[in-house]
Amino acid sequence: MALYTEKVMDHFENPRNVGVIENADGIGEIGNPICGDIMKMYIKVEGDVITDIKFKTFGCGSAIASSSMATELIKGSTLDEALELTNKAVVEALDGLPARKVHCSVLAEEAIKAALIDYYNKSGREMPEKLKNFKPHEE
Amino acid sequence: MKVYADNAATTYLSETARTVLIDALDKYNGNPNSLHSDGQLAKEKLEEARQTVAKYINAKNANEIYFTSGGSEADNQALISAAKGLKDKGKKHLITLSIEHHAILHTMATLEKEGFEVTYLNPKSNGIVDVEDVRNALREDTALVSVMFANNEMGAIQPIPEIGALCKEKGVLFHTDAVQATAHLPIDVQAMNIDMLSLSAHKFHGPKGVGVLYARNGIRLINIIEGGAQERGKRAGTINVPGILSLAAALKEACDNMEENMNKVKALRDRLINGLKEIPYSKLNGDPVKRLPGNVNYSFEGVEGESLLLGLDREGICCSSGSACTSESLDPSHVLTGMGLPIELAHGSLRFSLDINNTEEEIDYIIEKVNQVVDRYREMSPLWEDLKTGKRQHYLPE
Repeated sequence: MALYTEKVMDHFENPRNVGVIENADGIGEIGNPICGDIMKMYIKVEGDVITDIKFKTFGCGSAIASSSMATELIKGSTLDEALELTNKAVVEALDGLPARKVHCSVLAEEAIKAALIDYYNKSGREMPEKLKNFKPHEE
Repeated sequence: MKVYADNAATTYLSETARTVLIDALDKYNGNPNSLHSDGQLAKEKLEEARQTVAKYINAKNANEIYFTSGGSEADNQALISAAKGLKDKGKKHLITLSIEHHAILHTMATLEKEGFEVTYLNPKSNGIVDVEDVRNALREDTALVSVMFANNEMGAIQPIPEIGALCKEKGVLFHTDAVQATAHLPIDVQAMNIDMLSLSAHKFHGPKGVGVLYARNGIRLINIIEGGAQERGKRAGTINVPGILSLAAALKEACDNMEENMNKVKALRDRLINGLKEIPYSKLNGDPVKRLPGNVNYSFEGVEGESLLLGLDREGICCSSGSACTSESLDPSHVLTGMGLPIELAHGSLRFSLDINNTEEEIDYIIEKVNQVVDRYREMSPLWEDLKTGKRQHYLPE
């Protein structure tokens, strides 16, 4: 059996939405170099819709695949929908991750939440309750 | 192109080892402990193999060679025998390196739980331990020093003859895990004052599941597998005759050609090192000269090793990495951090372990693909962006 599913390898080899958005409406960064994973997400928001999302990731194959999949799930969704994205949904969309790689999907969920928080702070719109108490996991 | 550059993980069987193995599966199928002619024929071959192994590590007697299931078992038995065998004499202290294989480190940890005290020495930044550090760690109650011959991850060769001489002078047992060194570097257990040594066949083109514990006569081994009188009563279990014959054949073949092989593989290694040097913000880990002929361990700043490894695998190149993501834990290589490498650089490390089967063409292909893959993942890395823009400081010069 291969280490990763075909979906993971597809997103690792052909990651979607890699890059940077100049003048992004929200930027979130999670992780640190000591842990060996950093994810940075950029979002563009028009009205209530995330019209564009890009990422950069320092990390292993599953970290890159999780970021890619998360951006794909979020792109074109509303802010409220993005808020509901869970790491579990990312894992399922990737047809599974090895147990010790599940934290990569958690980072993807948290990077998106961090970008949303940045968006609400910058735009002055009212922060949803769910984001007010958000704290990323310590690795 | 398919390039196998992970020979420190395991090698492919040589033609000689394969022929001997397959031949023996039919011809020497008897149990060497059986009294009938089939058994005695197998026994005869087994003892020939024992002689061969003794000859190539220069053991004084063939009866100092104990066949095991591999390097890990040999390591376990060596440490357990030394510790428990000397406990009655009031010796409860062991010395080893922090960069040893886990077969050593985990056994040491178990012995610690049983009341033994272990000193773990860090090597210098080139991956080599200072003999004076070993000398200073010795105590009245030191039972054993166990120092690997050469490191599996970054290839540094330890000062084995010097440590052997020191241990002899102080009357302390000396074990070396020579799994990576055997058949690749000259080994002489008598001249080097090695009391116990572990080796494993599949690291020199022999089969998996077979290895050796050399234990100088006079050392009382303690069984870790009970149940029969095999191997002078010290290692129970029906003897793996085909594996052992194949081990001996592989050892003979590699040792008879050692000089030529070393020169060829060293040239490939240095070609690869010189090629990788051109990549900015990268670094060779481990001593550049006192290293295994085939080992190249490189760190690349701003990228993570597992993504590099998978990226290279996609290009047909098999290698390994010291990143946390390739280990069973979430920590990066204990070897690289043990020699003082910053964690960030340990995460971004790749190991290529070359061998006589590699070619110059393959080395050039590896260099080309590592360049591409490092570029690709640096481009994708927010850490690299921070380094480039000065938001974070580089560890390495350009």
